[in-house]
Amino acid sequence: MAQIFHRSTNTISRLSIFGGIFLVAGLIGLFAVLDRSSYNTGVGVVLAQPIPFSHDHHTAALGISCVYCHTSVEDSAFAGIPPTATCMNCHNLIWNQSPMLAAVRESYRTGEPIRWTRVHDLPDYVYFNHGIHVAKGIGCESCHGRVDLMPLIMKTESLQMEWCLDCHRQPESRVRPLSEIYTMGWRPEHADQGTRLIAEHDINSKVSCSTCHR
Amino acid sequence: MRTDRIETVPLGSRQAGRAGAAATAGRRLRIAPVALLIGVVPWLVGCRQDMHDQPRYEPLEASSFFDNGAASRPLIEGTVARGHLGEDVGFETGLDENGAVVADFPMAVDLVLLERGRNRYDVFCSPCHDRLGNGRGMIVRRGYKQPTSFHDPRLVEARPGYFVNVMTNGFGQMSSYAPQLKPADRWAVAAYIQALQLSRRVPADLLSGEDRAWLAGEPTEVPQPESDDGGHS
Ligand code: HEC
Ligand code: HEC
Ligand code: HEC
Ligand code: HEC
Ligand code: HEC
Ligand code: HEC
Repeated sequence: MAQIFHRSTNTISRLSIFGGIFLVAGLIGLFAVLDRSSYNTGVGVVLAQPIPFSHDHHTAALGISCVYCHTSVEDSAFAGIPPTATCMNCHNLIWNQSPMLAAVRESYRTGEPIRWTRVHDLPDYVYFNHGIHVAKGIGCESCHGRVDLMPLIMKTESLQMEWCLDCHRQPESRVRPLSEIYTMGWRPEHADQGTRLIAEHDINSKVSCSTCHR
Repeated sequence: MRTDRIETVPLGSRQAGRAGAAATAGRRLRIAPVALLIGVVPWLVGCRQDMHDQPRYEPLEASSFFDNGAASRPLIEGTVARGHLGEDVGFETGLDENGAVVADFPMAVDLVLLERGRNRYDVFCSPCHDRLGNGRGMIVRRGYKQPTSFHDPRLVEARPGYFVNVMTNGFGQMSSYAPQLKPADRWAVAAYIQALQLSRRVPADLLSGEDRAWLAGEPTEVPQPESDDGGHS
């Protein structure tokens, strides 16, 4: 009986065995890369905002503290986006004719809210709370990057679960003294400072699922 | 293409009845697409993101339900939130029922209160009044109206309730800071302003021995007070 397969198919079958493995590994790798890419996570992507509000200008150049606008960041889950009235504290007199701020004045007059585009948005099945992080010495910079250098706000971290866990497993590399929460560009003074602060702020490593999925 | 074939030749069917290697090879070839289906379809289904945006509203979330596009309704005028009844008018506004300025602090003035006051003052007042209370903060230097210095004799004489009232109701061009500062924090800021004022007129005999010795020392050693700069870095 004649051979069904020609000898040359041996090469094909060997190739396909190895090729299959590499294909599967490659696909998994591709998925992992795509999942972490800024295409998926939005890291470094600037979204259009109704008013070109510059954090760079207001925090670094004018020295306004984050809390002036994000008033509830210290004691609640939600950091808070300032109401139009907060902008008008200054812009009633400063740049009060500027067309750039026309939308702010319009909103102040009519009571119609300004519709900012959300930049950081966790899925609804995740529980996050700003208050605890600020109280335990995690600075804004650790999660939002150098906001003081951003003309328009953008994400600097993926906000994926592995990122949260990375810090929850070893917070000692990120924890700061409570006086430095709002400081940008802070560096630890010495190597074992983190370990001491962990004890001082009574920080526990929180990695059980119910911490964030409740 | 392959998926079509699965439908026409059901898996495991022996109707072909062909024996030998060819048949087994063919079966394997048919299993492959099924395995691929089982392997890939759940991933595609997993891409539905229903749980990302659940049928509830986060703070400030948009909604198409109401005309102004916000999910939360504005408060009806006169609404009193729990714990915000404001029965104690003097404590809330700095002016008592008769409109007279409250002259004394309703709480003990201690270091904790002053520290809190300093913290809130630096955040909410220093952009205009600057850290020393001179009224030449960064926003003023960018063209805002210059307020009177807190070291002006008129304001040095002012009672704490006066400052609390300005924070609660605003003053001239200055807006109300009531939305940003809780009543207790307003008193803390008032206490800190009075501490700032005192810092310029402490009688020498209230100072510690060390400070008095330093004052009596060489005049050339007296460092300039920190710059009047209101901005923080
Ligand atoms: C003068 C007011 C003001 C100050 C001061 C301010 N912010 Fe903001 N912030 C805003 C406004 C308004 C928005 C919404 C518009 C936007 O996203 O650009 C915002 C948005 C943000 C967002 C993004 C929110 C989102 O959509 O996900 C972050 C993060 C943020 N601010 C962090 C900070 C930090 C950190 C500081 C201090 C260094 C700070 N802000 C100081 C007004 C302010
Ligand atoms: C504490 C005072 C203060 C507050 C609060 C404030 N601003 Fe400003 N803003 C300024 C000053 C001062 C300037 C002009 C700076 C200059 O002249 O260099 C400015 C400039 C701007 C500009 C001009 C563009 C730029 O960045 O140069 C925009 C737009 C603006 N502000 C938007 C806002 C919005 C929106 C809010 C409310 C979320 C807000 N500001 C709140 C003080 C303030
Ligand atoms: C541990 C990381 C972390 C730290 C520290 C942190 N943030 Fe955030 N921030 C987040 C995450 C995550 C979100 C998205 C929350 C959501 O979608 O529910 C967010 C959202 C925000 C928003 C949008 C409004 C909101 O609450 O959803 C603002 C404004 C903001 N942060 C400001 C700040 C400021 C100011 C600080 C410093 C005091 C700070 N954040 C510190 C992680 C952090
Ligand atoms: C830079 C470090 C850091 C990052 C990033 C971080 N956390 Fe945390 N988180 C902490 C620390 C420190 C605590 C305090 C732990 C304690 O209570 O001792 C904490 C506490 C919490 C708590 C409260 C735990 C409890 O039971 O009291 C929640 C919820 C939480 N984090 C959620 C998140 C989520 C969700 C993310 C990601 C979006 C995140 N965190 C990212 C450092 C971080
Ligand atoms: C520190 C906070 C934190 C802890 C602890 C945590 N998660 Fe998560 N989890 C998150 C965040 C944030 C996301 C959203 C990730 C994203 O948006 O890509 C998430 C997403 C998920 C998802 C959905 C993934 C997806 O892409 O749809 C699952 C499933 C999940 N977590 C399971 C768990 C399990 C199981 C545990 C316990 C072993 C756990 N998580 C512990 C923060 C946490
Ligand atoms: C955006 C700039 C700005 C900020 C921030 C600000 N003020 Fe003022 N303040 C002014 C101006 C301008 C005046 C003078 C108003 C006038 O005369 O029309 C004033 C006046 C005052 C006065 C009255 C002085 C007098 O002449 O009797 C007091 C008291 C005062 N401010 C306290 C505060 C306190 C306390 C804070 C912080 C909670 C604060 N201000 C924050 C701009 C500001």
